Amino acid sequence: MPEGILCNKTPIKTDEQLKLVLSDSRGTKYYAEMLELEVDSDALWALIQKTMKSRTKTWFEICAHCGLCANSCFLYQVNGRIPQQVPSYKIQSTLGEIVKKKGKVTNEFMRHCMDVAWSQCTCCNRCGMYCPHGIDMGVMFGYLRGLLYSQGFVPWELKIGSGMHRVYRAQMDVTTEDWVETCEWMAEETEEEWPGLEIPVDKQNADIMYTCNAREPKHYPEDVAEAAILFHVAGENWTVPSEGWEQTSLSMFAGDWECCKDNVQNVYDAIERLNPKRATGTECGHAHRATVIEGPYWTGRPDGLPPVPYIHYVEWLAEALRTGKLKIDPAKRIKEPVTLQDSCNYVRNQGLKDVTREIISYIVEPGYFVEMSPTKEHNYCCGGGGGFNGIGMYREQRNVALRTKMDQILDTGCKLVIAPCHNCWDAIRDLEEEYEIGIRWSFLKPLIIGMLDVPEHMLPKDEE
Amino acid sequence: MYDFLTGPMLWLTFAVSFGGLLVRIVLYIKGLNQQLDRVAYRAHMGYGLKGAFNSIISFLNPVGARLWRIRPGFALMFFVFHIGIVITPIFLIAHNVMLQENLGFSLPALPTCVADILTWAAVVAGLLLTLRRVAFPEVRILTTGYDYLMMVITLAPFVTGLLARYGVGDYQFWLTAHIITGEIWLLSLPFTKLSHVVLFFMSRAQLGMDYGIKRGGMKGSSMSW
Repeated sequence: MPEGILCNKTPIKTDEQLKLVLSDSRGTKYYAEMLELEVDSDALWALIQKTMKSRTKTWFEICAHCGLCANSCFLYQVNGRIPQQVPSYKIQSTLGEIVKKKGKVTNEFMRHCMDVAWSQCTCCNRCGMYCPHGIDMGVMFGYLRGLLYSQGFVPWELKIGSGMHRVYRAQMDVTTEDWVETCEWMAEETEEEWPGLEIPVDKQNADIMYTCNAREPKHYPEDVAEAAILFHVAGENWTVPSEGWEQTSLSMFAGDWECCKDNVQNVYDAIERLNPKRATGTECGHAHRATVIEGPYWTGRPDGLPPVPYIHYVEWLAEALRTGKLKIDPAKRIKEPVTLQDSCNYVRNQGLKDVTREIISYIVEPGYFVEMSPTKEHNYCCGGGGGFNGIGMYREQRNVALRTKMDQILDTGCKLVIAPCHNCWDAIRDLEEEYEIGIRWSFLKPLIIGMLDVPEHMLPKDEE
Repeated sequence: MYDFLTGPMLWLTFAVSFGGLLVRIVLYIKGLNQQLDRVAYRAHMGYGLKGAFNSIISFLNPVGARLWRIRPGFALMFFVFHIGIVITPIFLIAHNVMLQENLGFSLPALPTCVADILTWAAVVAGLLLTLRRVAFPEVRILTTGYDYLMMVITLAPFVTGLLARYGVGDYQFWLTAHIITGEIWLLSLPFTKLSHVVLFFMSRAQLGMDYGIKRGGMKGSSMSW
């Protein structure tokens, strides 16, 4: 049987197909069908010839097989330093073999590649920093994921994830109406405490447009409210688009390149339509990576930049604190040892290492901030990046992977971890659940709201 | 034989080797693709070149990258090996005498004892790097016969050079062997993994441009390798 009903080479494009695949609990039937999925070697090889150029070819050719990448990989370290976890080995024994064999590989081999690409690499890009030749195996794994997706060899959750993006243009089934309603609901509810607060939808020519993660309207609407509170207090002229509000990209994790482009184009269209001066997104790493860092290339923008300056939420926060738009009550600053999780997707991949520390300098009493080791662009992945958090089949491997972050946190002696990234936040929550080391973790928004020095005219009347 | 090897054959070797390496550079650059690599090379050349420079310099400096600082033992072997095999052939007095005779100019020559030390050190470092391949599982799993062949091709001119220099056995034989192995080494450069003599710079520059443009450089954040 070349193609399954659930597991096949065709992306999920309709709600019916989406519901059908979703109804297959844990992907049992999906993975059973995958055992029979035929590899279209000609198509695979044609795709490679079209997309694999001198950078990747050279990376394969000049790899000196020195093994220095081994220790750079947290998955190598945390899995008993078995040689099969050496990044160079992982990519050469998968993508390298597919290329060597000109795409003529078996179903079994493709399934092996899928396991390696999604459970032995989080695309954190750390190995690229420790290779003398500058070979970035995270980039290569991202590429391999695309090849595997094109042949239907993708974990069930990510097939669904990119299907969600294709059908709903959001990673979850949140429609435009749902989103706008959530904004109205949150504005109404929050306005009681913050008189005058609004969540302006589709406002033209605002100073800043805000985009978020579908999880927020779906499961954590208070996050949208928190963003609104901070924009409100800062006196920001802001807006959210009714269409193109979803910034995340499970399609990037899945390797669904076509869908990646569509997601980002949708956000850029909102920018073109509403004409804001700038844009910012929520405290998410991969969403920023997708929409701001990689997105311009997917959509073919020649300058590699989004249509307007698109900053990460931490940059907006740092700016608001720096310029005094948001003021922190010194008495409410954090007075306990606290550490910070550097997200790979905007620290290693966009250098935003000093901005988060600037925020720390405003909100943490001097002397209480403890750096993880290693830190900044050398920091380790949270353990759940690249989609790892969300794949049931690799839960066990993911839980092992969390141990690196656990040890780093334990070494700081802190009980509070600031994690301005959805994936990192999830991973740290899960590591506490799994290993019970007695820590708390938080995004920046709620922390900052709790320590704001609010101008008097903004306070609710009964508190005045 | 000697005249042929140090005459036409040598010129041919130089032409193929250096010409070939030049072709490799050109092909590498031509094969870069802004959209597939996701780096806007052209649009932000200034940031890119700054990033490329930072990336190359950090790894040419034995304490410039965190990688070298946390692996001092490997860094020592690596630099001793590469400095020895690059510097010695270029500045060896015997080579420069030939250069003077044939082209009428020569480069400053290394004192013989320095050349001896560099060569010995490079050979020892090369052997230690090879030993790593056997000793450590994380290197063993990556190693293929090709890697050993590359080391043999690279070290052969140095070992035969030392044997000729110390007059072990038949000087003429070792000298001829030295020239032949040296030419094989040079001829291998463009066609094998040894192309990293130029592609190292290309690949480092490419990742440096990636960081210099997309991954932080344009945010004013300098990558600390």
